[in-house]
Amino acid sequence: MRSRPGRETAAFRQSRRDEGGAVKNSFATRWGIIGVGLAIGVLAPLLQFWGNPGNMGVCVACFERDIAGAVGLHRADVVQYMRPEIIGFVLGSLLAALAAKDFRPRAGSAPIVRFLLGAFAMIGALIFLGCPWRALLRLAGGDLNAVLGIAGLIGGIWIGTLFLRGGFTLGRSQQAPAAVGLVLPLVMVLFLALLFLYPAQEGQPVSGVLFYSLKGPGAQHAPLVLALGAGLIIGGLAQRSRFCTMGAFRDLLLFRQTHLLCGVLALLVAALVVNLALGQFRLGFEGQPVAHALHFWNFAGMVLAGLAFALAGGCPGRQLFMAGEGDGDSAVFVLGMIVGAAFAHNFGLASSPKGLGPHGMEAWVLGMAFCLFIGFAMRKKA
Amino acid sequence: MAETVDARGLSCPQPVLDALAAMKRLGSGTIEILVDTEASKENVARAATGSGWRVENVAENAGEYRLTIAKP
Repeated sequence: MRSRPGRETAAFRQSRRDEGGAVKNSFATRWGIIGVGLAIGVLAPLLQFWGNPGNMGVCVACFERDIAGAVGLHRADVVQYMRPEIIGFVLGSLLAALAAKDFRPRAGSAPIVRFLLGAFAMIGALIFLGCPWRALLRLAGGDLNAVLGIAGLIGGIWIGTLFLRGGFTLGRSQQAPAAVGLVLPLVMVLFLALLFLYPAQEGQPVSGVLFYSLKGPGAQHAPLVLALGAGLIIGGLAQRSRFCTMGAFRDLLLFRQTHLLCGVLALLVAALVVNLALGQFRLGFEGQPVAHALHFWNFAGMVLAGLAFALAGGCPGRQLFMAGEGDGDSAVFVLGMIVGAAFAHNFGLASSPKGLGPHGMEAWVLGMAFCLFIGFAMRKKA
Repeated sequence: MAETVDARGLSCPQPVLDALAAMKRLGSGTIEILVDTEASKENVARAATGSGWRVENVAENAGEYRLTIAKP
């Protein structure tokens, strides 16, 4: 463990002599995180009700995959749409961070490793067909395949905690110019501008520089204003509360802490109730929307994703929110996920409702080998 | 003299792990923990109080935080 002599003390501004001085952000309290989980759990099924694909009210992996298709990084014609929710997540987080004076530009912690962790996390998620958020939403919609996915996610995170206990670290980031922290938000502003400049044309797969799906999940979407608004709200709330699905399970395994888990459980309960109320709940393994029933690969895909998220320090949603608050390393992870989605669909690594992609198995082995190598190789010396 | 744990620049959950390691090693006394994000500040404080330590003080300077935690 690193210990350094005490730093210059005079410059430090003193605050209150209790935990309140450290946790004065009401969204970061127990009830705060529960409230945020409830809000996400209500908004996600509503987005599905308003037009998003089944059990995919909010899926960071699927939506980043759709964005990769929208800008032509892959040409799988059923998953191409510039998802406003992702844009909203980053910009909502940025606005919340600026309002709370919590915008902290930083970067420089193993960027190439984070990029590849993002790419393999995406490949694992696309073998399962969903990120941790969607795994919860699939379960809340009655898709029992999600039980395997969530078990795999916990398994991958557990492996990650073994590395963390063994001294794994991606190293320190450094303070960076504001421009570094603004790069991904500006990319999202550009994406939003493209969405307005080149809206979908009836029956046309291309509009300006953007590709659009005419069928399949990419063709199913909530109205732009509602999707963007929900994204902005979720982005802002999650930035303030530090909402993280991977962190919820990691903290339970690593510290026996249930703080984040309360938010995740609140999301699950709220989504279940709203799905029941809207008639969107259908229990079973077979015939679930945008899902397959290969139990082993539902489990294994999320083992890979969970391990990659644990090594990178956050679930895909959390990476977006941290990128919004200025973390350039999280932005690199996000770009890794988008590129990983392109690879997944260009080279047959992603699953489909028909089953595993033709090269999904090889990609999973490669991804696990990479994560294990990084986990063993990047341990700090005692 | 308090021991100082420098967790600046480390991403989640490293600051908490380093702080918990210091708490375990010392058993009691005073520890100063330096972090550079509000999230790390909150997480370390939460972990400290959950481990029976008291957050004595939180000082801030230019986006960095120094938490002083203590256990008699």
